[in-house]
Amino acid sequence: MARVQAQVLSTAQESGVVPEKVRDGIDLMVNGERFRHTGDPQMPLLWYLRDVLRLTGTKYGGEAGENGADLVLVDGKAVSAIMQPLARLAGKAVTTVEGLAGNDGSLHPLQQAFIDEDAIGCGYCTPGWLIAGIDLLRRKPQPDDGDIDQLPNLCRCGCQTRVRRAIKRAAAGKVARA
Amino acid sequence: MSGHGIRLSRRRFLQVLAGGAGALVVGIRVAEAADAPLPPAMLGDNLYDLGAYVRIDASGNVLIGARDPDTGSGVATALPRIIADELDADWTRVGVVPLGLGVENDNGKPRWTYGRQLGGVGGSIPAAWNDLRQVGAVARWLLLQAAARRLGVPASRLRCEAGTVIAPDGRRFGYGSLAADAGKIALPSSVPPLKHAADYRLIGQSAGDVDARAIVTGAALYAIDHYYGDALVAVLAHCPWPDGTLARIDTTDTLAVKGVLKVVQLKPEPGQPLGSTVIAPAVAVLAENTWAALQGRAKLKLEWKPGAGSGENSAALEQQATALLAGDALPTSRVRNDGDVEAAGRKAARRLDATYVQPWLAHATAEPMNCLVRLDKDRASLVVPTQAPQQAWAVVQRLTGLAPERIDIRVPRVGGGYGRRLDHDYVAEAVLLAKAAGKPVRLLWTRDEDFGHDYYRAGSVHRISAIIDRKRQLLAWHQRMASASALARRGTPDDRLWSSELQVDQLPAALVPNYRSDWYALESTLPRGPMRGMPHLSNAFAVESFLDEIAHQMREDPLKTRLRILGEPRALPLSSGGTLDTGRLVNVLKLVADRIEWKNWLRTVNGLGIACWHVDGAYVAHAVEAAMQGETLVIQRVVCAVDVGRVINPLGLQGQVAGATLDALSIALNAAITVKDGQVQQHGYKDYPLASMAQLPNDVEVITVPGDRAPAGASFLAMPTAAPALANAVFRASAVRVRRLPLMKELLRLL
Repeated sequence: MARVQAQVLSTAQESGVVPEKVRDGIDLMVNGERFRHTGDPQMPLLWYLRDVLRLTGTKYGGEAGENGADLVLVDGKAVSAIMQPLARLAGKAVTTVEGLAGNDGSLHPLQQAFIDEDAIGCGYCTPGWLIAGIDLLRRKPQPDDGDIDQLPNLCRCGCQTRVRRAIKRAAAGKVARA
Repeated sequence: MSGHGIRLSRRRFLQVLAGGAGALVVGIRVAEAADAPLPPAMLGDNLYDLGAYVRIDASGNVLIGARDPDTGSGVATALPRIIADELDADWTRVGVVPLGLGVENDNGKPRWTYGRQLGGVGGSIPAAWNDLRQVGAVARWLLLQAAARRLGVPASRLRCEAGTVIAPDGRRFGYGSLAADAGKIALPSSVPPLKHAADYRLIGQSAGDVDARAIVTGAALYAIDHYYGDALVAVLAHCPWPDGTLARIDTTDTLAVKGVLKVVQLKPEPGQPLGSTVIAPAVAVLAENTWAALQGRAKLKLEWKPGAGSGENSAALEQQATALLAGDALPTSRVRNDGDVEAAGRKAARRLDATYVQPWLAHATAEPMNCLVRLDKDRASLVVPTQAPQQAWAVVQRLTGLAPERIDIRVPRVGGGYGRRLDHDYVAEAVLLAKAAGKPVRLLWTRDEDFGHDYYRAGSVHRISAIIDRKRQLLAWHQRMASASALARRGTPDDRLWSSELQVDQLPAALVPNYRSDWYALESTLPRGPMRGMPHLSNAFAVESFLDEIAHQMREDPLKTRLRILGEPRALPLSSGGTLDTGRLVNVLKLVADRIEWKNWLRTVNGLGIACWHVDGAYVAHAVEAAMQGETLVIQRVVCAVDVGRVINPLGLQGQVAGATLDALSIALNAAITVKDGQVQQHGYKDYPLASMAQLPNDVEVITVPGDRAPAGASFLAMPTAAPALANAVFRASAVRVRRLPLMKELLRLL
């Protein structure tokens, strides 16, 4: 954003040149990269991530995000991507499952804990569980069973008991080296 | 097989042809350039093929193909490990790729390159045990021959270990250094001997999911994550009545949405069996992206006309079933009739009856139905989330008329199947839409479509009567069940429609001298189809609940009642061809009883419940400890023991067992599909609530019985007994006998 404004100012200083119009669109950060969306501001973040950026790790769960498969972090908090029109995301930082690992490929401790506990069924809902789990660990670094019970995610494969173990493992710092 | 010699190139395939009665012919085939059934990842020039399933590169990396779709069943891990063990591969160097459909042209008919390709029905591991070990053995044999030639010593003096061949003098040759030579050696005329169990290095050892890293980083691509550059997105509005019609349509507002290009109507093709054509009349909106398509769908003005089924109500259907079972009507099918139930009834000391009611169910797969299809003049390319790629192929072939090998079907990891993806209505829809659009199409079913237009598991009513003699022996058992068959309108003869609803050999058949099971057909316009655990799920709930009621009537510990009925360890022949090993069933019962401390059954304030079952040569028992805290049911402990014979991947098996247990509990607690005026009332997770973390137990304690028999499947083995064990525990905790599911609703009604 800052750079865009600087460009506009320097252009305006040159005499006889019409100042360039500030570009339309919504600036947002996804996994540390800057993007500008100039299409329909009502497009839900989910379809922007999947259809436009081709970040397909965030899954379609339902029209109201009911099963938690489409959770992403917006400024660190877990929200349903399909319930977030892009208009609401100007200046926000979005982290998807693709953005959880370090640039060097090192995994987030909860990602590693999911691998260690084999906390995966079909795997479709796993990105959503990870985002919800990371959100929980941020709010409560040592969650108890009652805290874990509050996770909004649904899973028909029945990975819940293994997810519970993975969250506890990550909280205890007992993850294998990623 | 190939009488004219062998071309030694990477186009050479080891062919495993499934012969009659499970026999296998292993041979060689030179593939033509036109049919390249291998996935792109396996076609690299720096890979040397050692059969259709195994590729090794010069640095020793091994690529193994997984033929069966992995819907979360773990077969993408287990099947390659079966091959890798015989190959003596170093598992840390093994990569796995899903093979996709392997199909060739056999004079216009399909020939399946990889034999059986079917996932999520419990048959993958038993089938792989029969033929995939041979694949690994042949590949290892080729590597040994290559080393033998290089060293000038007989292959019999060499041995293999973790990706290396070891010479008598201790020199080691990595598989990578031998792969190029091995790829030039003629395949053996017969399969080399398979390993002895003592030599297994991977089979019986735990391995995490091969896709785990890709899944937790979001890199794993499901069918829904695939794109073609110019593909249109299609979303559908299906008719709320499966047999209804479109009376009026106005697409003006839809076509005005930016990005919407076309609206197309779809109809089921007359004469086609359920599951191979469009499920119900539908209107499709095709657009440049998903958001535009969804907006366009929201702006459709549609008027649907109900069909003949518009009077259907699930409550009325249940009443009809109950009346049918209460009267003297003859059954549609007498499934089994041992001894003389009527004669036994005349000398009854005690007679017991109970009726169990179970609801309609939806599949509720995590990944909704979707399909990516591209039609070219002489080729169809699809990415399909299917459990049965060969059946998907048949649908595409019928609709395109293409030659067998011109249809390319890729099957990435699948976001849940549970039987829904044995049907391919969504594939038919995608192909029809791609034809109409003249462009590739990405079909996406929204969640409301997925719940509202399923091939449901029909609801059922079971009525069971038992006769108990003066010595407390179970003298007679008469089970009657009424349901709408999952096989109706699918080309199954009328006298076999019962076979999706109950099992001829289910407990306590073969254990009671006078045993009868009858099935009564109900009619419904709602589509039905295969469902995970069917027909065991509904029958085990009725039977294992009723056994508990018998125990209660006799004032007996329900574990003792079961052990008495099962009797001495013996192998009883089953009419389906297998055997019931009562010793193995007793063993799993005792294992869960010991673990949950069943000796406290009478004394504990919490309720303990138990149940056991057998499925295709595998055995399962659950013990549940539950407590009522006010109106809240707390499932405190769940123990499950399974005996599947040899365990391929213990960690994978534990995951399947824990997962199936939670799935079964979740369904039993809350799930029901209801129909009113011919329309399904549930349209999302809010109406069809899978259990939350809080409702489910914190842990499932899994006990796997070690064994050396050929492995049985386990993908739904742990489903049937979870719900009855829970209901039996609830009875002990609350004195309320739940004879109707979903359990929570009924329990709260009765409390």
